[in-house]
Amino acid sequence: MHIPDGFLNTGTSVVAWAISAGSVGYAVRRVSRELGERQVPLMGVTAAFIFAAQMMNFTVAGGTSGHLLGGALAAILLGPWAAMLVLTSVLAVQALLFQDGGLLALGANVLNMAVVGVLVGWVVYTGLRRLAGNRTWATMVSGFAAAWLSVVIASLVAAVELALSGTSPWGVALPAMGLVHMLIGLGEGLITVAVLAFLRAVRPDLLALRQASVEV
Amino acid sequence: MDRLKRSWWGVGLLLALLIALFSPLASPHPDGLERVAEDKGFLDRAREAPYQLIPDYLFPGIENEQLATIVAGLLGTLVMFGVGFGLAWVLRRREGMGRS
Repeated sequence: MHIPDGFLNTGTSVVAWAISAGSVGYAVRRVSRELGERQVPLMGVTAAFIFAAQMMNFTVAGGTSGHLLGGALAAILLGPWAAMLVLTSVLAVQALLFQDGGLLALGANVLNMAVVGVLVGWVVYTGLRRLAGNRTWATMVSGFAAAWLSVVIASLVAAVELALSGTSPWGVALPAMGLVHMLIGLGEGLITVAVLAFLRAVRPDLLALRQASVEV
Repeated sequence: MDRLKRSWWGVGLLLALLIALFSPLASPHPDGLERVAEDKGFLDRAREAPYQLIPDYLFPGIENEQLATIVAGLLGTLVMFGVGFGLAWVLRRREGMGRS
């Protein structure tokens, strides 16, 4: 759901840039206080994986495709603040190098996917884990729900931006964006769970790493 | 075994590069936002970027489209690893500096 330039009016773009800049600035402060040495390569691998996975569009229905956003996955692996920086750098490289997502719209794309997507994924995952505990199925169900909701909510925020810009009326943009991303979110959930299951099998300590060093 | 454990991130990076290698298999259909923009009639509002480096994930100058996608994907994946690693390296908490 990378918004190209032209979809958003200047006011909406500038406000989105301001909110994103503030959020990313706060994330930088938190990460510089909390990021452990061992998470340095994990941040690189997560960024590389999310970029590659975002190229892998999968067909959902009616000639439409979606791809992993990775906000929930990154938040589960790295905590919300490092995840926000990872998603922001992916979006920045996509916009600057690959012309995927506009430059004026980059603030909105960061807001939708790096800020909202990551925070929703994080809140849902940690909330459900608190209820369901540390069992394998609890991790997987929480991961799926976090991934699905992060995509759906991010798409609704994008729809709000489109409506505020006068590009598409509220009553059109919100249901249209929400419905198609409820489908795409299923793919997000499946990929997120697959990666979590894989990591749990081969490197369970990576999943525990965050809890050990980022908890405040 | 110990070496494998230490180089886990090399394995992770290789897996990411492997995904990029298969990127020509990605679905060619428009994504969710593009689909909505097309159906609801605002797709033509999209403006071209002010400059083009590697548009549409096709590395310029390579005629074979699949190869151009793969090169763009591998390059982007490596760049992302560098950016993510570099950012974390700069921001990491230094041991011995205490926690303020």
